[in-house]
Amino acid sequence: MYTLSNRLRLFSIILMVVGLVGLIIGFADRPGSIEEVKEMMAAHDAHGGGHAEAATQSHGGEHGEDAHGGDAHYEHVLHQLQNKPWASLYAAAFFFFMIALGVLAFYAIQFAAQAGWSPVLFRVMEAITAYLVPGGLILFVILALSGFHVNHLFVWADPAEVATDKLLQGKAGWLNGTGFIIRAAIFLGGWLLYRHFAVKYSRKQDEDSEGNKWYKKSFKISAGFLVFFIYTESMMSWDWIMSFDPHWFSTLFGWYVFASLFVSGITTIALMTIYLKSKGYLEFVNDSHIHDLAKFMFGISIFWTYLWFSQFMLIWYSNIPEEVTYFITRIEDYKLPFFGMLVMNFIFPLLVLMNSDFKRVNWFVVMAGIVILCGHYIDVYNMIMPATVGESWFIGISEISAVLLFLGLFLFVVFRALTKAPLLAKGNPYLEESKHFHY
Amino acid sequence: MASKVIHALYTDDDVLMDAVKKVRAEHYHIEEVFCPFPVHGLDKAMGLPHTRLAITSFMYGCVGLTVAVLMMNYIMIEDWPQDIGGKPSFSYIENMPAFVPIMFELTVFFAAHLMVITFYMRSRLWPFKKAENPDVRTTDDHFLMEVDAGHHDVNTLTNLLSDTGAVEVKVIDKEDDNH
Repeated sequence: MYTLSNRLRLFSIILMVVGLVGLIIGFADRPGSIEEVKEMMAAHDAHGGGHAEAATQSHGGEHGEDAHGGDAHYEHVLHQLQNKPWASLYAAAFFFFMIALGVLAFYAIQFAAQAGWSPVLFRVMEAITAYLVPGGLILFVILALSGFHVNHLFVWADPAEVATDKLLQGKAGWLNGTGFIIRAAIFLGGWLLYRHFAVKYSRKQDEDSEGNKWYKKSFKISAGFLVFFIYTESMMSWDWIMSFDPHWFSTLFGWYVFASLFVSGITTIALMTIYLKSKGYLEFVNDSHIHDLAKFMFGISIFWTYLWFSQFMLIWYSNIPEEVTYFITRIEDYKLPFFGMLVMNFIFPLLVLMNSDFKRVNWFVVMAGIVILCGHYIDVYNMIMPATVGESWFIGISEISAVLLFLGLFLFVVFRALTKAPLLAKGNPYLEESKHFHY
Repeated sequence: MASKVIHALYTDDDVLMDAVKKVRAEHYHIEEVFCPFPVHGLDKAMGLPHTRLAITSFMYGCVGLTVAVLMMNYIMIEDWPQDIGGKPSFSYIENMPAFVPIMFELTVFFAAHLMVITFYMRSRLWPFKKAENPDVRTTDDHFLMEVDAGHHDVNTLTNLLSDTGAVEVKVIDKEDDNH
């Protein structure tokens, strides 16, 4: 049995408190009026000295002639800055939720494929999926607030915007607050239901492994869940991510988000397994299990890049204005995170995890894993921020605090869930094979 | 000069793996193991040095990538630049995304084909080569372990091999230059 150390408990609580305080400051710091925005921007320009002065002069000149000049620009910035804490809250909430969801899908695949190597890791996976419950509830609340236009995250949720936008009117049958929330409830409900029964059957199988009755039930619900999951995950990605840019669409977006959540989930399993092993738990997990997880990290990173590039190249090549605007915004305003993410999610894992021997060196896997997780947070950031915050983005107090808050909650929930059951799923029929797994 | 070897035949890869470990633990020299299919971990159990095939594969991949870049640069940029889809091709880097599939394919092509050819050359395999495996059953369902018996007592070694689960043990006088 695993016992949650006081240090870890305290660490996660401190993270949550610091994150929460930071987030409150982030919300309180939002400019309330155009005057405040002007003040902020003037203060910012003053810091820049002579260079900024020259820039504002030429900037101002252009703006004078611009029809949309005057206060319209400041109002635009005001809305973006008012959105910023909401968007960072959303990005962090979704990122940690998607880790747990990726692990849930991975767990279901292990059962559906009757994998023999992985049963020693099942309890770690079950613990990570425990985050789906609080993480899902929080996300549901944020989605409901956004869907009913309490904040301005979704353009389609704003009746004033929809009234002037023909495309949004055409999509209103799908993109409306009520439908949005009903779909979210179905997605989350289905996933949580599977999670509940999968964990329950896994525990029952430990108590009574006679005839593998519970194992067979796990197999059946896992296979069923995977069918449900691949449809709902795809629709979830349209609803929760793609609808930030409601004029734009990509038909492989569901797969793209899936690759991201899958690789983040597997990386988290590897990091947690290595952490627990370093603390003297999981003595039955050997280097070959870590090696296999690292192979998945490597392979799914390449898969993610493949999907990223497939999406990018077709849009770049065809150069259709309504499509290509998605990437133009990102390359012009988000150059560093956009290309930095490619380095972190593709080039770094490709070079670090290519060698077979390196995949068995734990600190190498940890290093690669941390970079991959940061890279996929930036991926989520790149999907959410351009449509909500636009060119007014910066990694400030609300972004960091939101990540700390959900990181603390994630650690707290996951490690507490780990104490609930023995670390070895001793009733699993493939356990012996898994223990003797070697490469 | 003739040398003495012992051929032990097995019918199961797990039994063979255990046998290899036992024979090595007794400090006998295993010359070769013939298998009908690849057995995972056998190279490690036999104490063979790590294969360098992966390193050659990486280098071949780099060669393929270079060839693709030089080729596309010559064909599409230098020799015959065209305006495709409003993207005049006067710069390799600006048109790079369009060349990525070719760069990827040639990297894989070079790595895979040259690695296979290297593997054939390294294992001295070529068309019409006479088979080297001493027993035709190793192409069907038997595993054969060839142990050097030169300076050892043949009887003890034979007994040891029988104990490891061999279904057949033969002592062979092998001509050194028969292959």
